[in-house]
Amino acid sequence: MRIKKHALVGAISAAALLVASCGGDGSADVEIKVPEIPMHEAMGDFEGELNIVNWSGFVEPAWTDKFTADTGCKVNPRVAGTSDEMVTLMRTGQYDIVSASGDAALRLIVGGDVQPLNIELIPNFSDDIAEGMKGNVYDTVNGKPYGVPIGRGANLLQYNDTVTGGAPESWDVVWELDSPYKGKITAYDAPIYIADAAVYLMYHKPELNIKNPYALDKDQLAAAIDLLKQQNQIIGEYWSDPVAQITSFVGGNTVVGTSWEILRKFAAQDNLKTTLPKEGSTGWFDSWLVSSSTPNINCAYAWMDYTSRAEVNGAIAVNFGMAPANTAFCKSSEEAQAHCDTFFAEDEEFFKQVWPWTTPIETCVDGRKDVMCTSFQDWTNAWATVKG
Amino acid sequence: MSDITTNSQPRSVRRSRPVSSYLLRRPKLRLLSLLALPMTWIIGVYIFSLFLLLITAFWNVDPFTSLVSPGFNLENFSLVLTNPSYIATSVRTLLIALTVTLVCIMFAVPLGIFMAKIARPWLRNALAVAITLPLWAGYLVKIIAMRLVFTEEGFFNWAMSPIGVRGPGFSVPIVILTLTYLWFPYMALPVYTAIRQIPPNLFDASSDMGAKGFTTVWRVVIPLIVPAMIAGSVFTFSLSLGDYLAARFTGGATQMIGSIIAANINLNPPVAAAYSMVPITFVVIYLAVARRTGSLERM
Repeated sequence: MRIKKHALVGAISAAALLVASCGGDGSADVEIKVPEIPMHEAMGDFEGELNIVNWSGFVEPAWTDKFTADTGCKVNPRVAGTSDEMVTLMRTGQYDIVSASGDAALRLIVGGDVQPLNIELIPNFSDDIAEGMKGNVYDTVNGKPYGVPIGRGANLLQYNDTVTGGAPESWDVVWELDSPYKGKITAYDAPIYIADAAVYLMYHKPELNIKNPYALDKDQLAAAIDLLKQQNQIIGEYWSDPVAQITSFVGGNTVVGTSWEILRKFAAQDNLKTTLPKEGSTGWFDSWLVSSSTPNINCAYAWMDYTSRAEVNGAIAVNFGMAPANTAFCKSSEEAQAHCDTFFAEDEEFFKQVWPWTTPIETCVDGRKDVMCTSFQDWTNAWATVKG
Repeated sequence: MSDITTNSQPRSVRRSRPVSSYLLRRPKLRLLSLLALPMTWIIGVYIFSLFLLLITAFWNVDPFTSLVSPGFNLENFSLVLTNPSYIATSVRTLLIALTVTLVCIMFAVPLGIFMAKIARPWLRNALAVAITLPLWAGYLVKIIAMRLVFTEEGFFNWAMSPIGVRGPGFSVPIVILTLTYLWFPYMALPVYTAIRQIPPNLFDASSDMGAKGFTTVWRVVIPLIVPAMIAGSVFTFSLSLGDYLAARFTGGATQMIGSIIAANINLNPPVAAAYSMVPITFVVIYLAVARRTGSLERM
């Protein structure tokens, strides 16, 4: 079913690309047109500063102080709230590096806003990086890596156990009109949520022939939008602000809906639980991407190398509440192992059911060549028609 | 005008103030120096940045990279005017803004009459403080407070549970309530001031001619405070029209014009710009109607 590209990148000179397809739907030789941008050839002197666009919690003095002491690169973080904001900020050209989720990454790559990476200059990008985070189509294009993995998490189904009395097996509780939790459902408020509808349709409407929730042709997108419009009739709230989502669950306004493991932890209520329903789900896989116009390239490479160290990568993952990319962290202590277990860091079987957020583009990322897929702009326009 | 200038000329010359006497002979320069600062602000900062925003409504978005590039097309406008969800949102926002204005008037008039004509001075002052005090709290704080009050297990449902009443949950009525809470002072203060300024002998005259309290309010007070109500409504109406955080935090799935603009500002700036023409149009129409009533002159 799932077609996956694993790029095994060694510390030695050449990067070997292995295309492994875990399923039977043909090869996914996705050729994507990207602007030709040269990569950094060799490390030079540190420029003295680094301007980062990041998710809240990714850049903290606890680990930036040591980085600045080691390299002399002063870190200026700028927190962004959504992937779309990150893309907008990176396009101003004022930032050197971004912690992009897959739905922002491919947009930046295709738009020529970020540059391909020279993995040789990042020795900590090693074999310990989780297998499922290497060489994915959202940050590895035409065999060229553009991103250094930071961490990942799934969009899980959170439920109020007191009301539901056990974990819902299926996402149908948030999609179908006869849901017992009508009016108490929450959904993620962004066009990328269309992929969640597509994941549900992949399972329940095989005749639509969706192979990848980010590669939808016109008809498949229309089907997903119909499902979202149906959901709009039973929805309680859309959330993009994590605090609003937490208060909504805690206050009892929401019983079921999309969530992240970290939000459940913050809600700190025993009756709020998360599950991965049988249909699977989407997820966010974050990587560092370097601006194509950065004047601080050496600091950027040093930063990516530094944050790929097991202990630093682990610190970011613990602070943000996600699975670290560098699984060597898990072995470092008992608490680290407990964190890795909570967030399924080493559980590739778990993450095989999770489709990493990927920007939809006109090239079908499932490998189809006979049709044009819908682009993110189409998704944005379609999403605008969902909410009444 | 010319009389005054000729009369005052000798005095200013005598005191020998070179700047004043220089300007005195050049009325245009005088006007310019008076208006230079506010005009730089209004045109240079306010109008120009608004113009820059609105012009992007005609620009293109690359479907492949979502990059915005200058150009000219009307597609964004046709999208705004044909998308059923956008039309519904425009109408809903307009109705919400009008309802908020009406509710504010309905609260402000009785309160204003009580404060101006009935309440003792200490109570009047206490009420004036109570009305203006919320203005000291942050806007977002007030919205979040309303969210907490009306959550399923929040204060409202808890307080009302003994009599079996439950709140409507996050929906349009709560948005209207929140916006009323936010903008009420802007209506209450001008209305109260206008009622205070009604000469007491009008009430005596009305009473002498046999009018009861309600008739006096309806036939004497209301007509006299219409300009104040319209002045207040300019605030309540246009502020409600542009708000989106109240809808986001207390509206459940409710969308307002601002919600769509906020959602598009990163995803598709030209559509956001085109859609922002809608509330501007509403406000311009509203002001034109208000102007015809003649009340803007008396503001």
